[in-house]
Amino acid sequence: MKTIDHAANSKVFNQDEDRVDWHDETLWFIRQKRDKASKQIPQWEALREAASQIKNHTLSNLHNYLEEFELNAKANGIQIHWAKDAQEHNEIVYDLLAKQGISKMVKSKSMLTEECHLNHYLEDRGIEVIDSDLGERIVQLAKEPPSHIVLPCIHKKKEEIGALFHEHLGTPEGNADPQVLTEAARQHLRDVFLTRRAALTGVNFAVAETGEIVVCTNEGNADLGVHLADIHIACMGIEKIIPKRGHLSVFLRLLARSATGQPVTTYSSHFAKPRKGKELHIVLVDNGRTKQLGRPDFRNSLKCIRCSACFNTCPVYRRSGGHSYHSVIAGPIGSILSPNLDMAKHADLPFASTLCGSCSNVCPVKIDIHEQLYKWRQVLVKEGYVDAKKALSMQLMAKTLASPTLYHLAGKAARTTLKYAPFIAQNRFNPWYHQREMPAVPKSSFGEWYQKNRTK
Amino acid sequence: MKVALFVPCYVDQFYPNVAIATLELLEKFGCEVSYPKNQTCCGQPMSNSGFEHLTSGCNKNFVESFKGFDYIVAPSGSCVLHIKEHLHDEEHPSEAEKISKTIYELVSFLTDVLKVEHLEASFPHKVGMHQSCHGQRGLKLSQMTELNAPPFSKPQDLLNLVKDIEMIELDRKDECCGFGGTFCVAEEAVSAKMGVDRVNDHVRHHAEYITGIDMSCLMHLEGILRRQKSKTKIIHIAEILNGRKA
Ligand code: SF4
Repeated sequence: MKTIDHAANSKVFNQDEDRVDWHDETLWFIRQKRDKASKQIPQWEALREAASQIKNHTLSNLHNYLEEFELNAKANGIQIHWAKDAQEHNEIVYDLLAKQGISKMVKSKSMLTEECHLNHYLEDRGIEVIDSDLGERIVQLAKEPPSHIVLPCIHKKKEEIGALFHEHLGTPEGNADPQVLTEAARQHLRDVFLTRRAALTGVNFAVAETGEIVVCTNEGNADLGVHLADIHIACMGIEKIIPKRGHLSVFLRLLARSATGQPVTTYSSHFAKPRKGKELHIVLVDNGRTKQLGRPDFRNSLKCIRCSACFNTCPVYRRSGGHSYHSVIAGPIGSILSPNLDMAKHADLPFASTLCGSCSNVCPVKIDIHEQLYKWRQVLVKEGYVDAKKALSMQLMAKTLASPTLYHLAGKAARTTLKYAPFIAQNRFNPWYHQREMPAVPKSSFGEWYQKNRTK
Repeated sequence: MKVALFVPCYVDQFYPNVAIATLELLEKFGCEVSYPKNQTCCGQPMSNSGFEHLTSGCNKNFVESFKGFDYIVAPSGSCVLHIKEHLHDEEHPSEAEKISKTIYELVSFLTDVLKVEHLEASFPHKVGMHQSCHGQRGLKLSQMTELNAPPFSKPQDLLNLVKDIEMIELDRKDECCGFGGTFCVAEEAVSAKMGVDRVNDHVRHHAEYITGIDMSCLMHLEGILRRQKSKTKIIHIAEILNGRKA
């Protein structure tokens, strides 16, 4: 059994209730912005349905669309690389840099490179990577992983960012004015942009029909990095493909509204071919995706466009923080993606949910997230990733509930024990009682009442 | 109309008055109600913990108890949803299927089948409605704030028939209370915090009572209210509709 899991991490997070409230309210505010934005376009639900169907269709024909994309991208002068896993992905990126003698790279947001732990890999080989997305840069300076896929440093208060910038960027001590801090970051990053010969970006959509990629940011940092570098490396999971450019009219309208409540991201940049004398490389990565595609119950988790709406609406995420999920992608979608990569390590995550279903309702591509959480629980138990004590108690419960006689005996015992010896259940070893009272004990069960009052 | 009353295990053991109110309500509207005495549980506690494969005995017992009725009604959205989605019995597949199709949560049975338009009930109190997720998002008893779709609420339609009741508005209309079955002990810290936040929303808006369609959520909220020594109480919607005086 692991000692640190989501429940244990959340317990630590909840020791500071003010912080939990702050975290919850910050993210709830974003959920509300998403609600407002989604209600401003009458065809919202139709758009979700269209997005879901386009993605379903694409996943069913992924092999064809990937080849179509490769063909068209190559015709545009883009160099295509295929990576079966994180290791291959990292090697490809490293080789591209090493070949050109590049030892410093600027990188805009890419959850895929987090998934592959690219930064560490490159740093170990003497290559410095600077994240240019402000939130990413902040967690990078703090030597922490992102806690949220769209808002990587949402767990940090501005005072903490002020202290971090004071230490690393020399801002005045005690200054947490967002304007001062962003200006400092801007100056610092400007210098980075101007001196880097290689820029790495993520990919939001890759259009099979045209061989182009689309990168969405609010800061324009991807563009700035790419335009000033000799070599642009774009890394994408193979599920980022969409068949046609016209489909962007569905996805771009959903993405930003779902993410932050904006009508569209500030920059939606299309990269279709390398600029004259420069190189554009695209690395297409599998890393477990085809395995997930082969699991009928879980394949449609690959529809995800990483908007993070499911994070912001999740009442558990808001009250446990992204790091409590101890996986690259936190939140509800992370809990159904991560076990695919490593069941033993992530066996706790599908249980970190009340199955309330809010995630599935906000999801712009209609992933049945909460149903997949339920299904993962069944898989994990069957594969043996569950505490032996729990398994035993479940077997006992199954036996009791299958037999009316045993059940009536057990019910009576439970009520009697509670009634005459409250200390047995009402003590600190019962997690229920830690912050809640037990229900008051009635004189008789309904069954007994019915027997007495209604049977002639 | 022959109706079987399904009383979820924790209601049977801890909240018999909720089952009595349900029984009396159904009888008031002319149903011929039976309470199959060998019933135990819907199996959800095991399934939600990942042990659905252990529920065959429980399922068999359920089918045995509830076959042969026109309808099965329970004062719980969560258990009903579970039966609808997961009940199966290899030996009696068609009976299991019929049960899944004819099982109703009390409120929707009153609005959709009995089409209740009048109630003899008065509840002169400020009441907050807790939307239990499985009833709301699972059984679609009321519109969900996440969707861009016209509002409706079956529980509210019924409460509108109760005299003198005053419903309060909440800041978060349909946030989960954090009960979540075994989640409430396995993830105690988050579960309790979610419950505290739900309770505070009601108390902040001066609710004297928190009502809902699922006793499991209400049991969790009651545990928190009583620990806080709050004056706010919980009451199942069946008790209000049946005319219980506070
Ligand atoms: S699962 Fe859906 S809601 Fe969550 S990040 Fe992916 S697309 Fe967005």
